[in-house]
Amino acid sequence: MTATLAPPREPGSPASASSRRLAERVFRVREFGIVAVLIVFVAITAAIQPRFLSITNIQFVLVDATIFALLALGETIVVISRNVDLSVGSVLGISAFLTAQLASQAHGLPLPLVFLAGLGIGLGFGAINGLLVSLGRVPSLVVTLATLYIIRGLDVLIVGGSQVVPSSYYPSFLTISKATVGGIPDLAIVVAVVIAVGAYCLRSFRSGRELYAIGSNPDAARLAGIPMGRRIFTAFALSGAIAGVAGVLWASRYGTVDSTAGTSYELQVIAAVVVGGVAIFGGSGSVVGAAIGALLLQTINSALYVLGVSPDWDQAIAGFLLLLAIVLDRFISLRLTASLRRRSARRGQ
Amino acid sequence: MDSDLNAMAGNAAMTPEHIAGEEPGPGPGASGGWGRLRPAMRWESGLVVVVIVIAIMGSALSPEFLTANNFFNLGLNTGEIAIMALPMALIIISGEIDLSVESTLGMSSAVLGVLWADHWPMLAIFAVVAVVGVLAGAVNGLLVTRVGLPSLAVTIGTLALYRGIALILLGPRTVANFPAFYTNAGTTAIPHTDLPWSIGIFIVLAVIFAIVLHATPFGRSIYAMGDNAEAATFAGLRVKRVKTSLFVISGLASALAGVLYTFRLNTAVQDNGTGLSLDVVAIVLLAGVSIFGGKGSIGGVFLAVLAFAGLQNALLLTNFNQEATGLVTGGLLLISVFVPNAAMFVRYLRQAARRATRRLPSEPALSMPRRDT
Repeated sequence: MTATLAPPREPGSPASASSRRLAERVFRVREFGIVAVLIVFVAITAAIQPRFLSITNIQFVLVDATIFALLALGETIVVISRNVDLSVGSVLGISAFLTAQLASQAHGLPLPLVFLAGLGIGLGFGAINGLLVSLGRVPSLVVTLATLYIIRGLDVLIVGGSQVVPSSYYPSFLTISKATVGGIPDLAIVVAVVIAVGAYCLRSFRSGRELYAIGSNPDAARLAGIPMGRRIFTAFALSGAIAGVAGVLWASRYGTVDSTAGTSYELQVIAAVVVGGVAIFGGSGSVVGAAIGALLLQTINSALYVLGVSPDWDQAIAGFLLLLAIVLDRFISLRLTASLRRRSARRGQ
Repeated sequence: MDSDLNAMAGNAAMTPEHIAGEEPGPGPGASGGWGRLRPAMRWESGLVVVVIVIAIMGSALSPEFLTANNFFNLGLNTGEIAIMALPMALIIISGEIDLSVESTLGMSSAVLGVLWADHWPMLAIFAVVAVVGVLAGAVNGLLVTRVGLPSLAVTIGTLALYRGIALILLGPRTVANFPAFYTNAGTTAIPHTDLPWSIGIFIVLAVIFAIVLHATPFGRSIYAMGDNAEAATFAGLRVKRVKTSLFVISGLASALAGVLYTFRLNTAVQDNGTGLSLDVVAIVLLAGVSIFGGKGSIGGVFLAVLAFAGLQNALLLTNFNQEATGLVTGGLLLISVFVPNAAMFVRYLRQAARRATRRLPSEPALSMPRRDT
């Protein structure tokens, strides 16, 4: 997958060139395709079943999608650097249980502290992943596969057969995911802001750009003097911290938490990231795309439910879409490369 | 994008294979069969030690550990995973990965259940299940080789897709009441032995896979393309065709595992085999197969299966929370990738000290010698 194709310099009349460039830009933005799919999908579903666009349903989808999108944000940061974090589901699970227990036992505790606890738990595990990958120089696929097992094992040891039930929380914990401002869930707003900040940092910060550089060509990045170890460590630490916070939200959203919370969630998150146009081998893609990917997958789940399709179809459709997304992405990037080459060859004459 | 995992490995780096590079061993071109085998043999001797340690610890923990009856149980719970580990080893050696095996297992189990509920004759069902496995593998293989997609992404997609097909086929239904002739085969030993049938099948397959991988041009070409897919293509190897066939073999083996799984539990339900893919990958990596491709052996897989099964079983006998055995599997996996790196690291530190450079001990980690690719 060719990562970022530099826009060719167009000599000639400025007007036609700039309009053509604009059109090119729009179509080249990877998010464009997926937004189109999302809109078409919502339109069709709403045409068949108007209830799909009811306020309550939209709120439901948004809240579910925010947890998903948050995880996709963390995963994107890691995937861009040509790594992968398979442990997010386990980190979410253990953070969900520990913070849920905190919320049900320490009733006087202010909410921010619960979130801070989740953040800390996630950050700890993320830092371990980051250290193992960057300092231990072991492929992240193997490291995070191992920590996926280990963290889930710890979770099971701590939780045992017990579970935290909603009635035991103090009330404000459960309302986190229900509060709205002008009909829009608070959570969705906060997560949208977080994603915007993440997108800005990856786009415009030096460290963010360096992650793309590492992902496009690690050897070149090393030669360019990019502190690879530090950057990759940070990426994993961030991914872990985000998964930890997502765990708190998970506990608040679903209420009941046992030792299986978030099991095999990592593959869904990776699916959302890939559907959102992030190249699985790094160097290309955006946080916004990944978030829209998460929103799309969540919308599809919800739409199938609203349309009365048996939930048994969810997974097959999600899998099919993921395959479709990567196949389309492949063809588009091939076509693009070919057309750019043809054009530059023409100009060369 | 031919060697996806090589690409993914780009910025992390050391595997057992790299240690081999440190020896004044023969270059890749000049190496004869034995020169190549040497580093692999060393990994396997480490595994032998691990297996022995587990056996000693197990028998110390419980007098039942080294009994025939326990061996039978141990094999029973590992058979299907072991069978899927063989083609997985080949795929990873070729530089790809297949995460969809658990779903292919689930899908075959669902097909078996649905057709049996529809009163199909068992032999016809077997034929259909085999075709399902081949098709599942072919879809993976063609998407990876002909469309040129990364196998990690493709097989995450088919992981969901095949499981989804199992869900659609079976729904919330459970099919049981399979004929006793078959379910007995799932839960009893091969006559005159203490081996479950699935382990018997695994051993036969392991011998076949070992011969194919280590002693045929086809098998040797898998190593070549795992080392460097581009070079293998230029050398005239049919990289795409070989890789596609590996995925097909994996699909077929997973279908077989699905049938065995269904008969062992006497149930076809939609979530049969969920979560097994990572177990299979863990075994293969524990076996010393490099995630970057190009290295590993069937002997290693055999030993890793023993270690994996022994460990799970020892934990079971000590009343360790069964769900938490992942803790140990994961630990083992981490150790298996870190031991070679630690050796490398220590050697590097020693060299650095000898050169009396003034670097801090933490710094060299980021500037260790790298393999040139």
